[in-house]
Formats: sequence, C-alpha cells, structure tokens
Amino acid sequence: MEAVEKYDFSAVRWFSIMAVIYLVVGTLVGFYIAAELAWPVLNLDLPYTTFGRLRPLHTNAVIFAFGGCTLMATAFYSVQRTCSTRIWSPGMAWFTFWGWNLIIVAAVITLPLGITQGKEYAELEWPIDIAIAVVWLSFLINFVMTLVKKKTSHIYVSNWFFLGMLIMITYLHVVNSLAIPVSLFNSYSIFSGVQDAMIQWWWGHNAVGFYLTAGFLGIMYYFVPKQANRPIYSYRLSVIHFWALMFGYVWLGAHHLQYTALPDWTGSLGAAVSIAMIIPSWGGAVNGMMTLSGAWDKLRDDYILRFMIVSLAFYAMSTFEGPVMSVKTVNALSHYTDWTIGHVHSGALGWVAMVAAGALYHLVEKLWNTKMYSAKLVNTHFWFATIGTVVYITAMWVSGIMQGLMWRDYDEFGTLSYTFAESVAAMMPYYKMRAVGGLIFWLGGVFMLYNVIMTIRQAPNSNSKGGE
Amino acid sequence: MSDKIYSTKLQDKIERSGILMMLFVMVVVSIAGLVEIVPLFTIDETMEHNANPEIMWQRKEGDTLDSWRAGDGIRPYTPLELEGRDIYIREGCYLCHSQMIRPFRDEKERYGHYSLASESMYDHPFQWGSKRTGPDLARVGGKYSDEWQRQHLMAPRSVVPESVMPNYPWLAENKVDADNIETKMRVMTMMPGIGHVPYLDSDIEGAAEKIRGKTEMDAMIAYLQVLGTMAKLDYSKSYRK
Repeated sequence: MEAVEKYDFSAVRWFSIMAVIYLVVGTLVGFYIAAELAWPVLNLDLPYTTFGRLRPLHTNAVIFAFGGCTLMATAFYSVQRTCSTRIWSPGMAWFTFWGWNLIIVAAVITLPLGITQGKEYAELEWPIDIAIAVVWLSFLINFVMTLVKKKTSHIYVSNWFFLGMLIMITYLHVVNSLAIPVSLFNSYSIFSGVQDAMIQWWWGHNAVGFYLTAGFLGIMYYFVPKQANRPIYSYRLSVIHFWALMFGYVWLGAHHLQYTALPDWTGSLGAAVSIAMIIPSWGGAVNGMMTLSGAWDKLRDDYILRFMIVSLAFYAMSTFEGPVMSVKTVNALSHYTDWTIGHVHSGALGWVAMVAAGALYHLVEKLWNTKMYSAKLVNTHFWFATIGTVVYITAMWVSGIMQGLMWRDYDEFGTLSYTFAESVAAMMPYYKMRAVGGLIFWLGGVFMLYNVIMTIRQAPNSNSKGGE
Repeated sequence: MSDKIYSTKLQDKIERSGILMMLFVMVVVSIAGLVEIVPLFTIDETMEHNANPEIMWQRKEGDTLDSWRAGDGIRPYTPLELEGRDIYIREGCYLCHSQMIRPFRDEKERYGHYSLASESMYDHPFQWGSKRTGPDLARVGGKYSDEWQRQHLMAPRSVVPESVMPNYPWLAENKVDADNIETKMRVMTMMPGIGHVPYLDSDIEGAAEKIRGKTEMDAMIAYLQVLGTMAKLDYSKSYRK
C-alpha cells in the first residue's frame, strides 16, 4: 500500500482509456473522408459532412485528441516513475484531463459547423485557442514541478523529450494562433500572406516535430526499455540526438514552401537543415532498436514490444523520406500531391499510433495490475495496424508520384499531356485502395478498444489504484 | 545517487535541475524561428511591390473599390469578395485547392504567371494551401463564366465528370451575413505592420447595405472571379531576385 501513496495515477487511467477511444473515433473519421474522395456521394450534400469540414475534424481528433491523451497519460505516468515521486498536483492533472476533453468536445461541435480559423492543424477558433493555452500550461507546470521535486539525482531522458515538446508547443500555439476576433465564432489571423505562411508551417511542421516526434520519443525512451526490461542502448547518443533535435527540428517548416512566394533563402535553409536532421532522427531510432540488442528473441512472444520495434522501423523510414522530400528537385514533384499525405501517414500510423498502442497496452497492464485480456488479439491488432499502414502508404506513394508526373508531362508537340481532371480520374483506384488500408487500420483499433475494455473488466480489483 | 559524471559538466548540471533544463530548452528551440521568421517582416525584397510599385492599386482621391478594374493593381477585397473568402475558409476549400503557382513551365501553362508574395498580402490568413486534390485557384478569376462557376459549385460532376468535389447546394439558399461585414472590415484595418489592410471609412460605411440580400453563392463567385486578376504581371520581367 506504500506505493499507493507514492504515486497518483487516477487521471492517467482515464487519459489512457480516452486515448484508445479517440484512436478509434479519429481513424474512423479519417476512413470516412478517404471514402468521400473515392465515392463523392458520401459527402451527402450536407454542409456538416463534406470533406472540407470533416478533414479538420479528422486531423484534430487524431493529433490532439488521440495524440494528446496518449502524451498526457504517458507523461504523467512516466514522470512519476522516473522521478520516484508523486505528481506535483493530482488535482491539476484532473483539471488537464477535463479541460482537454472539453476542448475536444468543442472541436467536435464547431468544426462540422464550419467554425474555423482556416489554418491547417490550427483550425479551432480563438475562445478554444485560449482554453488550449490554459490547459496546456497546466500540463507544463505540473510536469516541470514534478521534475523539480524529484527524488532521483538526475532527470531521466524520456522527460527531456516531454519537456521539449511542452515548451515548443506553447510557443507555436500562442504565436500561430494570434488573431483579432470579429465575433465569438470568428477571427482573422494577425499575420497575412507570406509571413503567415511561414509562421503556419513553423507551427505545422513542429506540431509534427515536437508533438508527434519529440513527445513520442519521450514515450519510446520510457516504455521500450521497460517493456524489454533492458537499459537504453546509449546514454551519449541520447544526449547528442536530444539537443540536435531540439535545435534542428524547428528550422524545417520552410521546406513546406519550396518554390512558393517565400524567399528562396528561407526554403533552402529549411531544406539544408532537413537533410542534416536524418542523423539526430536516426539517433533515436537506433537507440530504441539497439536496446533490444541481444534480446531479439523477445519479439517472438511479446506482442507489445513488437508494436514498439516496428514503430521505430517506420520512424526511421519516414524520417529518411522526409529529408528526401525536402530536397528541391524532389519537392518540385512531390509538393501538392498525395505523396505528402502518404508520408504523413507513414509517420502517423506507422510510428505515432504504433508506439502509442505499445505504450498504452503496457500502461493498461500496469495501471490495472493485470495482463491483457487477450494477447492473441494484441497480435491481431499488430498485424492489422501494420498491413493497414503499408496498404495506405503504398497507395499514396503510387498516386502521389503519378500525379506529379502527369501534371508536368508534355507530349511530342510540347503541349501538356493531361488535363487536371484526367489526373483526378487516374487517382480513383488508389483512393479506393487507401480507404481500404484505412479501414484495416481502423479495425485494428477496434480490436484494441475491445481488448482494453475486457481487460479492465476482468482486472482483479478494478477499484484499486493500480500501477504499483 | 551516484556522483559520477557520464557526460560533460554542463550536461550533468542541466540534468540535475528541471528549471535549468527548461531554460536551456526554451533558448535552443527559439533560435530557428527568430532566424527564419523575423527577417520576413524586415527585408524589403520579400514583398515584390517594394521594387515594383506598379503592381499595387494606385488609389486616387475619390476612387472606390467599385471603380477599380481588373489589372489596376492589388487592392483590398470588396465587401462581397471578403464574404466569399470567409465562405471559402468555412468550407475548407484550402484543404484541396492551393493558391500558389510555382515558377515552373507546366504550372505557367496550366495556371498562369507564378504567384507573388504581394498578391496575398491582404489575406488573413493566407490561403496558399498544401494539396492539389483539385486544381490551383490562384488565377482562376475570369477563366470561367459566373454561370459555369454556379453550376460547378451546385453539382461539380455535371460539368467535370471526373471531379470528386462535394456539391454545395446550400450556398445558393443561404444569404450572406451582412450584419458583421463592417466589423470584419474594421478588424482588417486594425492589422499591424505589413498585413495592414487600407480600407477607407468610405469603403466600410454602407458595406452592409451593399451586400444585404446577396446569396453565399454570389459572394463565393465574386471571390473566385477576382482571384489572380488584380495585378497585371509582365512575363518579361523577373519579380523575384
């Protein structure tokens, strides 16, 4: 019972449950809008269900609802374990929980109504933006204060990455969301044109770089060694790649604006740093994978570990693909095409969702002090997630490269070979294939939700504070 | 609790203090933003109209937004166009249509002259987009008739069979929100620095009456038809250094 007083995991449990629910909901919306592109009749001729209004709902649901709850669950859990101390304020953790979930409810209501600021991944209107800033700061303060009252001598590496994410997202969110309100439901960004574009992609790329990369590397650094029951491969490597990532990632936003009206120096600078970022990115992947060095046999029967290691493989792949796509000659082809969507999903499905699934399975076993209801179902989820991801990204690679080539193709007389509409028609098989990939991935999430619910129901004493 | 130092003294010190680590991270992650973003507000060459003032509308005493003609130069949106732009944002058009033509031969032939930074200087927020599920719209103004645009928005596949765009029948039914337009225009004049939108009081007064009774479809078409038509660009000239 000593452990009960040592840690407080009450909010962590609910963050974990909500993360799994949002995984299913967010990917379902994603599947639906993917199907809308393959079968436009699914837009239903209703304003609330068009692709343009549901796409922000999908991105917000998977990034901020699923990703956010996963990060909050894992950060609040691992910071207590690694600092060997109780969270600074359990009440504030509950405030973060309720605040964050109310924000998600507000997003679910306002986005289909078309209430939006019109900036990708930052669509929510100004009153919600203020709420996000307040709730996010409550997360940051609680986390930092727990680090301050730590009982260990040093701060464990997973916490560095969580801390980096917490600080950078605060900067990004506050600056990118600056706007002058017109009414309660409408506002205009204070930036315009080229400056707004740069600030938006400074935000956009680092929502990926910090929220979905640094934060999830924090997860990796705690949960992979724990699940494998081995120390992290290299401490030195983690120091170097941490600071390189903190310094380097922020530059990359400009590579989203190659050949646009953004001055050439900015785009080239962004691309140059992007290429250099292969090294710190792979530092994390190597550190995670090599943790298993000498114990690869564990992958044979530990399905949770399997999620984590395959996620690192996807991470290594997409952090190689990203720099390649930032090279100007490649970008000239890939920009504006489905290749970008494929790249995002190889990161989001293959890396973020897979490592999150691994961490959440681990958490559920610890928090409810039990084993998963069905290990077999974890394995089924693993295969559905892997196959769904591969089908999805393959479809987008083919369609993206094909689009890029068709748009720039000339016939023997020196005129454009294809109309735009012809390129749309050529995408149809791949849009269908992508929807199928998304459906397979979503089904995996449904298995996970069922498995988690059954695990909690059959846990020995589901009222106890688990995690001892 | 060992006192052995595994890395450098500084790293060891940082790792022992949550506050110190927070401060170091705060500095390290802010450098790139300062280097890449701040100069865009200060370097004159970023905005092409500084070297090419003729691309801006040279507004004379007594000119109104209505007396402007296509090609006269970049100007703030009329009240109806601004409403149309808000609907464009509301419907998430920017998620499938870019408004940023790159300086490539195929894009020039397909869409027109490459886009200039000055052309979107009154766009709060920018609408460059990141994806072309549909074609670029930066210079769609004047390419199709109003009637074509109306038909296409009502039922895209009736004019472009391959299209995957949703139908937007409600645009023809809904009236624009005339009550807020003057506030919207005043907000635009409150924008700081480069993004300041120079509406005159005479542009704003009476704006509500001008657009009252118009449909969202009218507004959307007005917006689409002005896109890319403001500045008359010279193909023999290099606007970017």
